[in-house]
Amino acid sequence: MADVTLTIDGKRITVPAGTTVLQAARDNGIFIPTLCHDPKLTPWGGCRLCVVEIEGMRGLPASCVTTVAEGMVVQTASPQVVEARKMMLELLLANHPRDCLTCSKSGACSLQDYAYYYGVRGDKFHGEKHDYPLEDDNPFIVRDMNKCILCGKCIRVCAEVQVNNVIDFAHRGFNTRVTPAMDLTLRESEECVFCGNCVQVCPVGALAEKASLWQGREWELTKVRTTCTFCGVGCNLEVSVKDDHVVRVRGYDNPLVNSGWLCVKGRFGADFAESPDRITRPLIRVGERGEGRFREATWDEALDYTARRLQEIKEQYGSRAIAALSSARCTNEENYLMQKFMRAVIGTNNVDHCART
Amino acid sequence: MQDLKEWRETLQQQSHRGDRPSLTVGMSTCGQAAGGAKVMAALEEEIARRGLQVDISQTSCIGMCYAEPIVEVALPGKPRVFYGDVTPERVPTLVEKHVLQGEPVREWALIQLSGEATPYEGIPVMPGSTYYGRQVRVVTSRLGLTNPESLEEYIATGGYEALEKVLGQMTPEQVIEEIKISGLRGRGGAGFPTGLKWSFTRQAPGDKKYVVCNADEGDPGAFMDRSVLEGDPFSVIEGMTIAAYAIGADEGYIYCRAEYPLAIKRLKMAIAAAGEKGLLGRDILGTGFNFDLHIKAGAGAFVCGEETALLASIEGRQGMPRVRPPFPAQQGLWGKPTNINNVETYANVPFIIKNGGQWFASMGTEKSKGTKVFCLTGKIKKTGLIEVPMGITLREIIFDIAGGIQDDKQFKAVQIGGPSGGCLPEDKLDLPVDYESLTAAGAIMGSGGMVVMDENTCMVDVARFFLNFTQAESCGKCTPCREGTKRMLEILTRICEGEGRMEDLDTLETLARVVKNTALCGLGQTCPNPILSTLQYFRHEYEAHIKDKRCPAHVCQALLVYTIDAGKCTGCGACARACPAGAISGEKKQPHRIDPALCIKCGSCMEKCKFGAISRL
Amino acid sequence: MDLGSNNDANIKAKALAEVLERYAGTEGALIPILQEAQEIYGYLPGEVMREIARKLKIPFSQVYGVATFYTQFHLKPRGRNIIRVCQGTACHVRGGARLLEAISAALGIGKNETTADGRFTLETVACLGSCGLAPVMMINEETYGRLAPEKIPAILEKY
Repeated sequence: MADVTLTIDGKRITVPAGTTVLQAARDNGIFIPTLCHDPKLTPWGGCRLCVVEIEGMRGLPASCVTTVAEGMVVQTASPQVVEARKMMLELLLANHPRDCLTCSKSGACSLQDYAYYYGVRGDKFHGEKHDYPLEDDNPFIVRDMNKCILCGKCIRVCAEVQVNNVIDFAHRGFNTRVTPAMDLTLRESEECVFCGNCVQVCPVGALAEKASLWQGREWELTKVRTTCTFCGVGCNLEVSVKDDHVVRVRGYDNPLVNSGWLCVKGRFGADFAESPDRITRPLIRVGERGEGRFREATWDEALDYTARRLQEIKEQYGSRAIAALSSARCTNEENYLMQKFMRAVIGTNNVDHCART
Repeated sequence: MQDLKEWRETLQQQSHRGDRPSLTVGMSTCGQAAGGAKVMAALEEEIARRGLQVDISQTSCIGMCYAEPIVEVALPGKPRVFYGDVTPERVPTLVEKHVLQGEPVREWALIQLSGEATPYEGIPVMPGSTYYGRQVRVVTSRLGLTNPESLEEYIATGGYEALEKVLGQMTPEQVIEEIKISGLRGRGGAGFPTGLKWSFTRQAPGDKKYVVCNADEGDPGAFMDRSVLEGDPFSVIEGMTIAAYAIGADEGYIYCRAEYPLAIKRLKMAIAAAGEKGLLGRDILGTGFNFDLHIKAGAGAFVCGEETALLASIEGRQGMPRVRPPFPAQQGLWGKPTNINNVETYANVPFIIKNGGQWFASMGTEKSKGTKVFCLTGKIKKTGLIEVPMGITLREIIFDIAGGIQDDKQFKAVQIGGPSGGCLPEDKLDLPVDYESLTAAGAIMGSGGMVVMDENTCMVDVARFFLNFTQAESCGKCTPCREGTKRMLEILTRICEGEGRMEDLDTLETLARVVKNTALCGLGQTCPNPILSTLQYFRHEYEAHIKDKRCPAHVCQALLVYTIDAGKCTGCGACARACPAGAISGEKKQPHRIDPALCIKCGSCMEKCKFGAISRL
Repeated sequence: MDLGSNNDANIKAKALAEVLERYAGTEGALIPILQEAQEIYGYLPGEVMREIARKLKIPFSQVYGVATFYTQFHLKPRGRNIIRVCQGTACHVRGGARLLEAISAALGIGKNETTADGRFTLETVACLGSCGLAPVMMINEETYGRLAPEKIPAILEKY
């Protein structure tokens, strides 16, 4: 596509036609705040925090849904723009609980960050605030709709990524809320699969991982990139750890694998890591089969033992006496090696997989 | 097509009102609300009782809402006489005198339409009367004069001549050119040039295109579109059919608000009738042109008057607007190029095609051509529906046509353009009514609602009223409208309740400006107008509420103080008995007192006092 | 959920099935279907909305979103007679609020409430478009104009 040259804050910028003003600015290191925007979701244009001034255009258009045009002149921080953004933050804060002190999102909250950036205290308006009950009837997600700023990212993630459509906007105007049908909870809806992708995109503290509450402040967490072990997809994870304890798991945005999205297991199944039942060393059975008595062994001993036993069985009963059952939790490479080993070394086609049926 | 011509000629000969007297009752929504059905029943009964050979039929709104129910009496070869404020009790006299004796009842007659007949003496003749003299009726020309449910009457009065011309002699480009020459601009509010809009949709790539009629007239104080739909549904259908031909569409929707059941009923009848005669559907007038028209009833959301919200609603979703561009002309209904105009815009089209774009352009001002229908309501003498050439002044409308303010009170403001409009004060009365002048003054043309306010109207209360409306109608999608209307309403309510602070005015003004600049759709962008215009022209009223804790118009209840003038009070005790709060005390035959702590300011005492001893400050 | 007697429920379910059949394959049918469903049931019970979602193959949450967005739709049963008091501009300046108060007092119910005997539901409407006759109200399909609080009892008496 052809390129377009425009001016943003006095800087001449050339971007491909069809780019949004927001993207053009961000690609060039120019700051524009957003709440409802996510490059991976359909544009919404609702929060209006990203408004800018564009010469020749009426009012202050939202940069996230305005495409660049040749010769366009954009101001991202004019007094009028700043006034509007401050007002937008005042309006959002006027209907938002003041519990940043204990909010689990504190330190990673977009609303908090922008309020700080623009010096907005949220004390301009004193009026009605929502008073919705806290939703915590499921083991995974806590929903506090009083903190919701109605950016609709959770709705779009549920519809466009998970393709589950559990939640939508209901009611209207000031009373608009994000909810499953009939104002049920996620659990009551019986439709939610608790993938938790909604939690991940929530810019504020309206959605939180239940298990992470009170487990550590944002700035105390060490973030570790790793790969999910639950299946062969190998989703990239960002595990937040405090004092050797997994506080929460989020998807790491690797577009080659999972683009940051996870399923219920990867996101909420990390407790196995600290389970006392977890096997951390090789075990070799002592006593009779079924008796359940094992002794710890080293990896060398365990591997030698296995190799020896396989050889013995093959010699005594032939290759067809041996079969291998692989796992969906292994990677493609591991599964490949497994079948290669069975065919080339053991000499059998007895290869199967737990997820085959 | 030849058949249509012949049919029209036959109809025209028949429709020279025959040899029987005819009685016609205005049965539009307001006519019915005023008791039209009862009058109709009384007429039928009276005619049956006397065994007369008289035709009784119904028509739509002639525009004189102030005089409903209206009955037209026409004798063969005589002028058509319109009677206002007809009651069942007046029916026998009317029949006796006018129908039987041939003498109109002059004191009840509003107006007469003489045509070729000699007018009766002593009854104003329709063109030339004070109410109609300054009006130019184009889209309302059939209203109240024909039976809106009769395709025959529509055709006999020149209906479908335009479609005939378009399909027989004009290319789509020529149609668009004619509309461009006329200078017609969208009558829904924003005033975008119609011809240009049509050409965008025509030029948009795509095989499938739609025409949509926005009949979601939701502004409080506006009923132009309802009146046209109820009174001349075929003109809207003909206009849409012409638009479809011009832009290359074969399917259309009329999105009509569900609160207009009669309009929907008449549209359905009209669509069926036109379809039966080959004027809609497949192979219209044998020319191979196809156009299917559907009706969608709204479900109660003002924001659906915004075109992208309207389209979302037709598609079966919440009426949440989306950002434009892309405009509906490029991506509209189900992503296809779509032309959206409102009722009055389409209704103008057959007249423009028939009489030529030049004819239309000869009316109005340089940038605002043609006529505009307005609804006059509020504190004026003659509420109703009028059609005037663009460029007429507000003063002419309010004082010359509508007869001025009720009870001859002092004019204070006129609210134009509904919740998106503004309130203009006395010194703007000589403003010409055109798109640019009204916008410059802080109001907008809007769809045409005009609510007149007198000295007893509180402008802060009016602003609060409109914000209450827009706040309830905000869709909730964008922050400034969802949260901003709520806070503006809270501030206004506080001021009306005497809790306002001077700094509230600054906050209100800044917030109003930001909402105007940042809201996603037209509803949000214009909803601060009632605040901004009242702050501009009636700031002193805001200040009186805040500084003096006083409502100058005596409207804001919390700020009222009732007192008894001891000199005038006779101690009759009527006020004390009327007081629901027990706030009035006093000995018999001694002056009474009102305890301000107990008073709920309902005003009952004042209504009961025969001596004018109670005053309200 | 109680949708009336068994027989009554069957008749209604059949009527709903007919509506769904009639609109099968029509684009944008959700709102007209909800309107007709409300005609049948008097309101929109949750089960009915769920059934509509299933038949149209659209998310239940979307049906609920649409049903709660538009003021025409009611999720709770309403009275036999619906009073709708106009709150339009013209009615406002001509005493619409006092009218509402008078009706509210006469029936002992507030806005959007239904009398205990199920006789009346009191609602407000943004504008009935009969401003020339302000203040106005509608009871069911009938419009009453040029009202005053003292005219209210006699009118209510008729229903």
